[in-house]
Amino acid sequence: MSDVAKNLSAADKETQANYEKLANVIDLYSGKEGCLIQVLHAAQEIFGYLPFEVQKFVADNMGFSVSYVSSVSSFYSFFSTTPRTKHDVKVCLGTACYVRGGKLLIEKLQELLGIGVGEATADNVFSIHVTRCVGACGLAPVVVVDDDVFKQVKPADIAGILDQYRGE
Amino acid sequence: MRVNNVNDLKAIAEKYNAEIGKYEHTIYVCGGGGCISSKCQDTKNFVDGYIKEQGLSDKVNVIFTGCMGTCAMGPVVLVEPERVYYVHVTPERAKEIIDRQILKGEVIEEYTFFDANLNKHIPCIDDIPFFAEQVQIVLNKCGKIPFDSVEAYIAKGGFTAAAKAFTMTQQQIIDEVTASGLRGRGGAGFPTGIKWSAGMKAQGEHKCIVCNADEGDPGAFMDRSAIEGDPFCLIEGMMIGGYAIGANNGYVYCRAEYPVAVERFNKALDIAREWGLLGKNVLGSGFDFDIELRIGAGAFVCGEETALMNSIQGERGEPRQKPPFPFESGLFNYPTIINNVETYYNIAEIINRGADWFAQYGVGKSKGTKVFALAGDVINTGIVEVPMGMSLRKLIFEIGGGITDGMKFKAAQMGGPSGGCITEKNLDTSVDYESLTALGAIMGSGGLIVMGENTCMVDTARFFMQFIQDESCGKCTPCRVGTKRMLEILERITQGKGTLEDLDTLEELSYTIKDTAMCGLGQTAPNPVLSTLANFRDEYVAHIVDKTCPAHICSALAHYYIVPEKCKGCTLCARNCPVQCISGKVKEPHVIDQDKCIKCGACMTNCKFGAVIKK
Repeated sequence: MSDVAKNLSAADKETQANYEKLANVIDLYSGKEGCLIQVLHAAQEIFGYLPFEVQKFVADNMGFSVSYVSSVSSFYSFFSTTPRTKHDVKVCLGTACYVRGGKLLIEKLQELLGIGVGEATADNVFSIHVTRCVGACGLAPVVVVDDDVFKQVKPADIAGILDQYRGE
Repeated sequence: MRVNNVNDLKAIAEKYNAEIGKYEHTIYVCGGGGCISSKCQDTKNFVDGYIKEQGLSDKVNVIFTGCMGTCAMGPVVLVEPERVYYVHVTPERAKEIIDRQILKGEVIEEYTFFDANLNKHIPCIDDIPFFAEQVQIVLNKCGKIPFDSVEAYIAKGGFTAAAKAFTMTQQQIIDEVTASGLRGRGGAGFPTGIKWSAGMKAQGEHKCIVCNADEGDPGAFMDRSAIEGDPFCLIEGMMIGGYAIGANNGYVYCRAEYPVAVERFNKALDIAREWGLLGKNVLGSGFDFDIELRIGAGAFVCGEETALMNSIQGERGEPRQKPPFPFESGLFNYPTIINNVETYYNIAEIINRGADWFAQYGVGKSKGTKVFALAGDVINTGIVEVPMGMSLRKLIFEIGGGITDGMKFKAAQMGGPSGGCITEKNLDTSVDYESLTALGAIMGSGGLIVMGENTCMVDTARFFMQFIQDESCGKCTPCRVGTKRMLEILERITQGKGTLEDLDTLEELSYTIKDTAMCGLGQTAPNPVLSTLANFRDEYVAHIVDKTCPAHICSALAHYYIVPEKCKGCTLCARNCPVQCISGKVKEPHVIDQDKCIKCGACMTNCKFGAVIKK
């Protein structure tokens, strides 16, 4: 077997395992009413995002049409239909962060990474997102990278924050 | 173990109190949202390890609590019995605190709370105005007990209110809540007793009780702190509500942006089930009650009660036309009562201590306390709970410690995108539902953003409209299209392209949207614009007529200048200017060509001598 074939089958196996995991989640919720959003959360957790195939799998296994599942997944900002970058850089623009200069942080990030909000770097390491209040208003302005919250960030701190994630 | 009655509760409380009573010292490490971001887990781990290493485990109790309130000073630590309050406690500082405070009884003053107004450190928590001026009913256990211990909650009187409620009739509970004067803390202020009464009278095979924990107003983090710090209190409040209206199913809808709250509440649910505090025959009362946690997925409109119910049902979070009201036909079409997190946190105390006790706090038709999230340009950012009727001045300047960076106060924004601003001349207004509404602001859910003089109010209005435009679900035209038009006008004004007629159009659109939008989101969306127009019309006029932004925030209206006296002629600005509009010889002052300048601010960011200014 060539290396390529080996890799392919490993990837396939992983996908297969992911679908099994998702099927288990759907089973778990089967007795309860109205759990589509909770299942989509789990699916996104497992696959990293919600491609068409995953939404179709959810639809088929929960007795919905794909268009219905898509109508729900597209309504909520948490659900993404494109793959995530390695690190999500989220700048909070809730009121407190906005008042304390969140806008300047976005500008600095755009300048340093050379991409706009909602875009990913060419190497797929970083993407910039705007988030509306993470409830850390006492620490404004905040930047959230993946799940790490950085507090009272100044534009000059941005480069250092990015560096912490570059090598990983 | 299973809790079957009040005696079991008493036994658990006694055992727990005896257990914690044997320690000489207690170190409370705050595990609230703000402190987590300041790496309090490292401090907690260090303290645990160091106490063990020093052989102090039987003398010093270490407790990981919910939010203590001063979120910008994390990680914070309280040492008892001395009640010394330490801030910014890194593991290094924690070592010193244990070595000196715990072992030698020395207070390390320079690590204690610094009061900017009094310009000194205040070691004892009870002497700090930020804490001393508060009255805590909702937060009376938050930050004082380990958030994951049901025994600690019971030791503080937890679940005795539920046990008492089960000996009362449904009507008696509702009468007590009505008499207390408790009103919905989500913002609208509807009397809770009247709502519950409608829920009790509603006919239905099943009924539901729902908690709205979709704390979406940007700048609000009260509910998050309450759930993270004292999750069992929410369970107890909902349980009493469920019993009062006859609902066996409770749902908590929490926003996905609060993973810590989700995790801690889920854990609390598991523990409560294990102890017989949820499930069949709760507390041996014969009443069955359980709660399910449903997580949102990032949609502000889901804080609107009917949209929230659709979202719990797994659907798009679009609001429903009312009537029918939720108490008639709500979640899964069952009669449903929905209250805000903070409302439920008042219930146990009202049942335990009585309506009269509760009603002693507050003024007029606003009884009890209100929790606020202080944020923005205020020194002591964090969570505070004050009796209704306190003046905003006291709240912002005494408890909040005043404005940061020596700035002048400009406005306090209350109620988020549905609210309005209060200016200097109304700072002595009493914080209660009626007084705030009369000023064109609202109580709101408790987000209180303080704005200093460097905030542009037109830009703030634009910010909120942008937020609403992003979050409008699109179901009704006034909100979907109306807010878009309003945003476009506001953008024009902040770019210096507005006309005075635009102000009339803004007002007209505002009133039309308020009258015709389908749900609360749309109906209140114009409030920030109306409020800033009423209080800061001169700023709008300055943008339109003078083409200037008085606060120097709106970049399109800003002009960058180089101060010749400060410029060293290093050429850094000229090299970084994307449109090559800066000229000058090396070692000589440079000049910006105002006609070519695109106002990107690159020169100002790059100047090492502070020679570039914005006017």
